[in-house]
Amino acid sequence: MRRCAIHAAAALVVLLCAAPGRAEPYVPGDDAAVLERLPLAPLDASARRQRELRAELAARPDDLDRAAQLAWLYIRSGRATADPRFYGYAQGVLAPWWHERAAPLPVLVLRATIRQHDHDFAAALDDLAAALRADPTNAQAWLTQAVVQQVRGDYAAARASCLQVLQVASPLVGVICISGVDSLTGNGAASYAALARALQRAPEADPATRIWGLTALAEMAVRLGDAVQAEVHFQAALALGQSDDYLRGAYADFLLDQDRPDAVRALLAGATQSDGLLLRLAIAEARLHAPEAAAHVQMLRERFAAARQRGDRVHRREEARFALLLGDTRAALGLARDNWAVQREAWDARLLLEAAQAAGDPAVAAPVLAFLREHHTEDATLRRVAAGLDERPR
Amino acid sequence: MSRALIVVGLLLCAVPARAHKPSDSYLSVRPGHAGLDVRWDIALRDLEQAIGLDADQDGAITWGEVRERQDAIAAYAQSRLQVDADGAACTPGGATLRIDHHTDGAYAVLDYAFACAAAPRQLALRYGLFFDFDAQHRGLLRVVEAGGTRVLLFSADQPTQRIELGAGGGWQSVREFWRSGVWHIWSGTDHLLFLLALLLPAVLRRDARGWHPVGLRPALAATVKVVTAFTLAHSITLSLAAVGAVHAPARWIETGIAASVVLAALNNAYPIFRDGRWLVGFGFGLLHGFGFASVLAAPEVQVGSLLSALLGFNAGVETGQLAVVAAFVPLAFLARRSWFYQRLTLVAGSWLIAAVATVWMLQRAFDLSL
Repeated sequence: MRRCAIHAAAALVVLLCAAPGRAEPYVPGDDAAVLERLPLAPLDASARRQRELRAELAARPDDLDRAAQLAWLYIRSGRATADPRFYGYAQGVLAPWWHERAAPLPVLVLRATIRQHDHDFAAALDDLAAALRADPTNAQAWLTQAVVQQVRGDYAAARASCLQVLQVASPLVGVICISGVDSLTGNGAASYAALARALQRAPEADPATRIWGLTALAEMAVRLGDAVQAEVHFQAALALGQSDDYLRGAYADFLLDQDRPDAVRALLAGATQSDGLLLRLAIAEARLHAPEAAAHVQMLRERFAAARQRGDRVHRREEARFALLLGDTRAALGLARDNWAVQREAWDARLLLEAAQAAGDPAVAAPVLAFLREHHTEDATLRRVAAGLDERPR
Repeated sequence: MSRALIVVGLLLCAVPARAHKPSDSYLSVRPGHAGLDVRWDIALRDLEQAIGLDADQDGAITWGEVRERQDAIAAYAQSRLQVDADGAACTPGGATLRIDHHTDGAYAVLDYAFACAAAPRQLALRYGLFFDFDAQHRGLLRVVEAGGTRVLLFSADQPTQRIELGAGGGWQSVREFWRSGVWHIWSGTDHLLFLLALLLPAVLRRDARGWHPVGLRPALAATVKVVTAFTLAHSITLSLAAVGAVHAPARWIETGIAASVVLAALNNAYPIFRDGRWLVGFGFGLLHGFGFASVLAAPEVQVGSLLSALLGFNAGVETGQLAVVAAFVPLAFLARRSWFYQRLTLVAGSWLIAAVATVWMLQRAFDLSL
C-alpha cells in the first residue's frame, strides 16, 4: 500500500515536471521565479576564461592560437556536461577556417573532433589523415583516429593507429587503446589481462583516464561473460567520484542484462538530461511497471521528434533501442539498419540482431553475423542474441 | 509520507528536467491581410550567450532578469530577421514577451505583427540568429496557412528561404502523401487480401444448397457496402492514431490485422456473416486503420502538416483500394456463374488466403520467422 502511494506520488511529480512542455506560453507572475539554470555558472573558472577569450576574439577573430584554445575549452565543457551546444560554439570559433580544406593543423584536429561528435566519420578521418601528415607525433590525432576507426569497425586500421598512440602517449592510454581493439578481434582474455596490469602500474593517472580504463576493463569482463569481475571494475570506476555519462550508461546496460532494473533506477535517478541515460532509465522503469515510465517515454518521444525536426541523424542507435522498447519493430529495424551502415560497435550489432529477431526477418542480420565471424568477435551477450536468431526455423 | 515526497519532488523540478540538445529557435509565421503574425521562441540559454541575461551571475536566470532585458532581447532578435513580401520589406511592430518551455529548457516567446504593403504572396525570409557564435544553430520555420503548414530549416549554410504563399506547398505535400497512400495499399498484401476475402462472395448469394449468382444491382450494393464500411472504419482509427489521440502497440495491431484476414477468408468457407460482411469490414477496418497510421508515424512524415498528410494519405489509400475493386469486381461478376469461380476462386482461394494469413498471424504474434 505504502509502496503504491510512493509510486503514485512519484508519477505525479514526473507528470507535473513534464507539464510545462505542453502548456501555452505565459507571463510569469514572480520576478524571482527561476526559469533556467546555466550549465556552467558564470563565475566558474572555465566559463570566465571562455568569456575572456571570446572578448579577445571579437576584436581579432582570425587569431588562430586563441581560437584553438577557446574551441578546446568549449569541447571540454561539452564533454564534461554532455551538452552539444558547446560543440556548436567550438565550430563557431573556427568559422574563419571551417570551410578551408587545407586548414591549419590545430583546426584540422578540432574539426575532426567536432565531426566525430556529429557522426560525420568519413570527413573526420580525412581531417585526421591531413593532420597526421603535417605532424606524425600528434597524440590527440592518433587517438581520435583510432577511436573513429574502431567505431566504424575498421579494426586493422584502428590497431595501427593505437600502435602509434603507444609511441607518443602515456603507456596507460596506449594500452587502453590497443587492448580495446584486440579484445574485439579474438584476443579477449589476453587483452583483459594486459589492461588490468596497465591499470595497476599507473595508479597516479588522472581520474578521467582511470575511469576510461576501468570502464573499458569492465566491458571486456562483460564480453568474456565474467559478471562478477565486471561489477568490481564498474564499482571501482564509480568510486572515483566523477560523473561520467559513458560509464553510467555502460553500467546501466550491464545491470539491465543482469536483470537488475531496480539498481538501474537507483543509479540513474534524476538522470533525465541525457537522452541515452533517460532511455535506460525508462527501460528499467518499464520492466518494473513503474508509473514514471509513461512520462519518461513521452519525454523521449518529444526529444527524438525535436532532433528529427532539425535534421539530426546522430541518435539512430538510441532511437532504434527506443523503438524496440515501444514494440515498434518495423521502425526499429529500419533505424538499426541505417545505424549499422554508420557505426559498428557492439551495441550497433546487437540492435540490428534484436530488431531483425523482433521483426521476424533474420536475413537482415546476415551482415552483422558475417562481421562478427570475420573478426572472431568474442562477446557473450552478442553470442546469446545471435544464437536466439539462428535457432529460428527458416 | 507521500505528501512530503510530492513537495520535495516539486522543489526538485521547479526548473523542468532539461534535455541536452543543440540550439534551435522556433519561428512560426502566419500570413494575414496586411502582413504577418510571427511567433519566435528563442532559448534563454542562447540569449544569455549572445547578450547576457544573468545579471547577478549566479548561474540562474530569473523572470526579473529576463524582464529587465526585454528591450535588448527584442532589438537583438529583430536585427537578425528580415522579412520581405513581394520584394518590399515588412516592418515589425512592438514585440510582446512571454515564456514557454521546450524539451531543452525555457524559451523567450516573442510575438510580433509584421506590417507589409499588401497581403503577401511571396515571402523572402533572411535569418541570422546566433550563427555568429554557434555554427550548429538551426532556425525551424513553420509557415502556417489555411491549406496546411510547411516546415523549413534555416542554417548557417542556408540562411534564406523563399516561400510561395497560397496554393503552393500545402497542396504539393498532399499530393506526395496521396501517392504514398496508393503505394501503401498496393504493397500492403494483408490489406488487399482482407478486402478481396470480403469481396469474393459479393457477386454470389448462398442458401442451403450452395452459392448462386446474383444480378448486377445486388452485386454492386454488396460491394459498395463492404468498401464504404471498411473505408469509414479505417479512416476513423487512422485519424485518431495520427493525431495521437489513441496509441496501440504495433505488434498486436499487426497480429490482429493478420487474424482479420484469416476470419474474413474462413467466413467464405463457413459463412457466419452472410449479409453482414460489411460489419466484418467495419469492425476489422478499425484495426487496419491503426496499421496505416504506422506509416504516418515514420520519421520522414513528421515534417510538414499533419492535416494535409492525413487527407492526402487517406485519399491515396481510398484511390488505391478503389482501383483494386474496379479491377476485381467486373471480372468476378463476369465469371460468377462458372464452376471455376464458385469452387476454385471462392472456396479454394479463401482457404489459400486463410492459410497464408495464419502464417502471418503466428509470425507476428510469436515473433517467429517460419
